[in-house]
Amino acid sequence: MLKITKVSKTFNLGTVNEKKAIDQINLTLDEGDFVTVIGGNGAGKSTVLNLIAGVYPIDCGTIELAGENISLYPEYKRSRLIGRVFQDPMMGTAADMGIAENLAMANRRGKKRGLRWGITQHEKETLKKRLEKFDLGLENRLDAKVGLLSGGQRQALTLLMATLQKPKILLLDEHTAALDPKTAKKVLTLTDEIIKEENLTAFMVTHNMKDAITYGNRLIMMNEGKIIFDIKGEEKKNLTVKDLLQKFETATGEELNDDAVLLVKD
Amino acid sequence: MTGLLLSLQGAVAQGIIWGIMALGVYITFRILDIADMTVDGSFATGGAVCAVCIVGGMNPILAVLLAMVAGCICGFITGLLITKFEIPAILAGILTQIGLYSINLRIMGRSNLPLMQSDTVFKSISELTGLSAAQASLVVGVLVVILVIVVLYWFFGTEIGSAIRATGNNERMASALSVNTKTTKIIAIMIANGLVAFSGALVTQSQGYADVKMGVGAIVIGLASIVIGEVLFGNKRGFKLRLTSIVVGSIVYRVIIAIVLRMGMQTDDLKLLSAILVGVSLALPVMMTKRKQVNLYKKLTGKEGK
Repeated sequence: MLKITKVSKTFNLGTVNEKKAIDQINLTLDEGDFVTVIGGNGAGKSTVLNLIAGVYPIDCGTIELAGENISLYPEYKRSRLIGRVFQDPMMGTAADMGIAENLAMANRRGKKRGLRWGITQHEKETLKKRLEKFDLGLENRLDAKVGLLSGGQRQALTLLMATLQKPKILLLDEHTAALDPKTAKKVLTLTDEIIKEENLTAFMVTHNMKDAITYGNRLIMMNEGKIIFDIKGEEKKNLTVKDLLQKFETATGEELNDDAVLLVKD
Repeated sequence: MTGLLLSLQGAVAQGIIWGIMALGVYITFRILDIADMTVDGSFATGGAVCAVCIVGGMNPILAVLLAMVAGCICGFITGLLITKFEIPAILAGILTQIGLYSINLRIMGRSNLPLMQSDTVFKSISELTGLSAAQASLVVGVLVVILVIVVLYWFFGTEIGSAIRATGNNERMASALSVNTKTTKIIAIMIANGLVAFSGALVTQSQGYADVKMGVGAIVIGLASIVIGEVLFGNKRGFKLRLTSIVVGSIVYRVIIAIVLRMGMQTDDLKLLSAILVGVSLALPVMMTKRKQVNLYKKLTGKEGK
């Protein structure tokens, strides 16, 4: 489904702040893969996600999605194939627009926009039903402005919006990191459910090692712009946090310092 | 007293026609969230194109439509500078505006072009119905403004319109939902300047001449209309009322001007008055929120402190 070949990215090339963020990465995701990505600060996990999404252009290599070479596509063009949930709950929705309006925008992802109504009555009914399944209590507040919702509600709404039109890949950028533990858990459960139900291919960046182990069928660990560890299937199921810490040490020759890399063990 | 009434009637008529310009400014300033300085230039472009066409014998309605197209082109240039070449919106607008000054002079061939005895929309209506010139411009203005509001209401409810609103509200979200935000921005700025030029053309026909300086300060007048409308109606209402409030704001602005002029204010001082009006209207809500916060703090903390 997704094929990344020899992709590199250096920020501030040719200046004193030059930083090699991604170094010759190769990665192939099969259809239905749900991969969790962990790594310390600056390891490059969010950068990979943003390179797939087209937030920054890649320096070299190719990115193929669903058989299409998207390496040079601008962000909006890639969005036809990609669903995204951001770390910041404010980022994925338009605060001054209504809940239904936001959903209707998402319902047109990947479709040509013309002079038809931005939202139809029939569509509103369908969207309401989709929202009901999420059990957020928002189905009767379709006209309320999204700005009135809590961070958790907005993040769940963004998740629904990202998957309303089935994406070729769902990109989740630490999408529960800004939520309180209880809400984070709920959004994560919702995420897992929807990925399974729709058999989505998903790429989830997280700081939380336990979440990375619990969810998905594949786990990738990154360090200094490289993938240092890639595990899937049965092997992943039996993984523990301790194993991960050990893997990190053997792969990098450094001890993983919790405070320094901000990885959450549980 | 009749003098005051007459000047008020004139002010209302002017406010309505200028209100179309304010609606254009609203699209960029509030929906797109950029201050588009093109307006000062494109307003005069609308006037210039309209004047030249009318003096050349063209049908006045056709002249207005052509002026509108010219305005859209002005907006397209600014939009291109902002999106394609990533020039900051304010600077892009100023560049187009400055360039338009020369272009407007070229269009007219001189700095002031009177329509003389040529036909205008207002003249035709007043001949047709027997209304006075001021009344005719009131009637035409009201009809046109209603039409513009209905069309804008429809447009911003369509898929493209919604995409434009989303672009102004949260560009990253729009981009993530496969909206080409460069295109939506350009379309919005084009429509905005089309309306501005439309208004400039009507003003030209109403006052009987086009002047290269007629657009100076137009952006501030547009902003004044928007903020006055917001102060009067609040800014949390529905879209139709929101658009109406801007035209009402434009009328109120003109009435204020008419009154201060009658009270003996010099026309030269009007620009200063406009600037102060907008400055104060924008500053007031901010000051009031801060003051409320401080008062709340004093009230809550004062009690516990004692």
